[in-house]
Amino acid sequence: MMISARGLRKSYGGIEAVKGIDVEVSAGEAFGFLGPNGAGKSSTMRMIAAVSPVDAGSLEILGMDPATHGSEIRARLGVCPQEDSLDNELSVMENLVVYGRYFGLSRAEASSRAKEQLAFVQLTERAKSRVEDLSGGMKRRLSVARSLINQPDVLLLDEPTTGLDPQARHQLWDRLFRLKQQGVTLVLTTHYMDEAEQLCDRLVIMDNGVIVAAGSPLELIAAHSTREVTELRFGVGDNESMAEKVADLADRVEVLPDRLLLYTDDGEQASQAVHDRELHPVSSLVRRATLEDVFLRLTGRTLVD
Amino acid sequence: MTRPVTSTGHDPDPVPGGARTLGLRVFPLFAAGHWRVVERNFLLYRRAWKVFLTGMLEPVLYLLSIGVGVGGLVGDFTLADGGAVSYVEFVAPAMLAASAMNGALFDATYGIFFRMKYEKLYDAMLATPLRPRDIARGEITWALLRGACYSAAFIVVMVAMGLVRSWWMVLALPATMLIGFAFAGAGMALTTWMRSWQDFEFVSLAIMPMFLFSATFYPISTYPDPVEAVVRWTPLYQGVVLCREMSLGALGWDALVAVVYLAVMGSVGMYVASRRIGRLLLK
Repeated sequence: MMISARGLRKSYGGIEAVKGIDVEVSAGEAFGFLGPNGAGKSSTMRMIAAVSPVDAGSLEILGMDPATHGSEIRARLGVCPQEDSLDNELSVMENLVVYGRYFGLSRAEASSRAKEQLAFVQLTERAKSRVEDLSGGMKRRLSVARSLINQPDVLLLDEPTTGLDPQARHQLWDRLFRLKQQGVTLVLTTHYMDEAEQLCDRLVIMDNGVIVAAGSPLELIAAHSTREVTELRFGVGDNESMAEKVADLADRVEVLPDRLLLYTDDGEQASQAVHDRELHPVSSLVRRATLEDVFLRLTGRTLVD
Repeated sequence: MTRPVTSTGHDPDPVPGGARTLGLRVFPLFAAGHWRVVERNFLLYRRAWKVFLTGMLEPVLYLLSIGVGVGGLVGDFTLADGGAVSYVEFVAPAMLAASAMNGALFDATYGIFFRMKYEKLYDAMLATPLRPRDIARGEITWALLRGACYSAAFIVVMVAMGLVRSWWMVLALPATMLIGFAFAGAGMALTTWMRSWQDFEFVSLAIMPMFLFSATFYPISTYPDPVEAVVRWTPLYQGVVLCREMSLGALGWDALVAVVYLAVMGSVGMYVASRRIGRLLLK
């Protein structure tokens, strides 16, 4: 077991960010923490990274207690923080070498690994650039490269693709997928459902400091949603009244300002039934349920700040 | 609020690699961690070596303006022990002490504030096996080494100008490193309480009068007794005494007091800085 937490709690100035969670991550797994902002994901990640003391509960990382073996644990972790904490005063290459030195690598070893990692994240040509001159996507890739310099057993990624354009996201996913294949345990937080579906073997959905659901993406969809969703658009203002007329056609109907969502195991059949009742929506679409449906069902559609 | 059940005694600064050897316990400066921090700064300043030139130049300009310029008007004067010195000989060691102070303070205050608050450098360092105490030791070591470069250059100038009377001066470089250690430690500790750049006005507010009034430009005996008693316990006065006694070859108990004073000041500062960094960043 790489990470094992029981009843983990964390408060900041009287506000409880993590309210007693149990988490187990085994070797080689890609594990995700999903949740809206303020759900307690980052606080949990900081405790796992051994840079934030645990208030209550127990936490073991790589079989060690972070309270007494923080330094040893951190020696075997790779951390890619939410906000890039790259050394802006150093060049791209120097960032990696110096970071490797923090882990106690020899100069020769640090620079040979740095070159390797630059190639891995496709930044070899930018080796001499100043960090400031890199794009957001490049900085994030450099952060990933830096977090790999000590050849970690566990890689922690806090919202790895937030703020990246689609090209940069896919490129980063590709790199992370390769790491997973190499047997590196990945632990990531995200609020992108597609990212969680792409990368995570198993995930937990956190809301308000607690875990509200856990399992593989497919398990979560099976447990918390129907197999399919039929989306009906009846023109603005009509959706509310139409909801009553189709309520019996699905397990659950959700009314949104611009459309109705019919949660059902057979979307086509539901769609056909709507037409049979001559309700004539402006458009109708049948799709498979996604993790996003599960997420919104469990954490609500209201905005959290 | 929950009541902590376990792990309340989280050590924000645990020891890497398990138990430390006796050698590292006794001579923590040989422990590897903090030298990585020094190395990082060295790498950075290898490119920015020009800032070192201005730092070296400043005390020399003071020496030329006040020591030589004003000194021409003042003429020689008699010390408490009866010996006569020229004014420039009197001022030069004080400028040496002041440059050691300034050289160390700049990095330990502005530099550290910038790296901690804006660059988030220490957050990145603490994600590695490095601990708060490695950061405190490393930054303070770097600051005093930087100060030592300025001091070494100034000592060369003093020797070249014939302002050194005693072989004790060979100890002046370690003495200036001690001054640098004291001010870097205290400066770094205080910096952890700074909220914005404005707060650094307090540093200037402390340093400027200390520079002008710590028996730098005239003997402390000039003051009425109560004032003298206060000035005598400022850290820069202690540094000035140390450097002056070395350069004039009149070493006494005051120098020993100064050594203890500065060593304690630096050690306390370093300890506080390391605790504060742990508290601020490992939360």
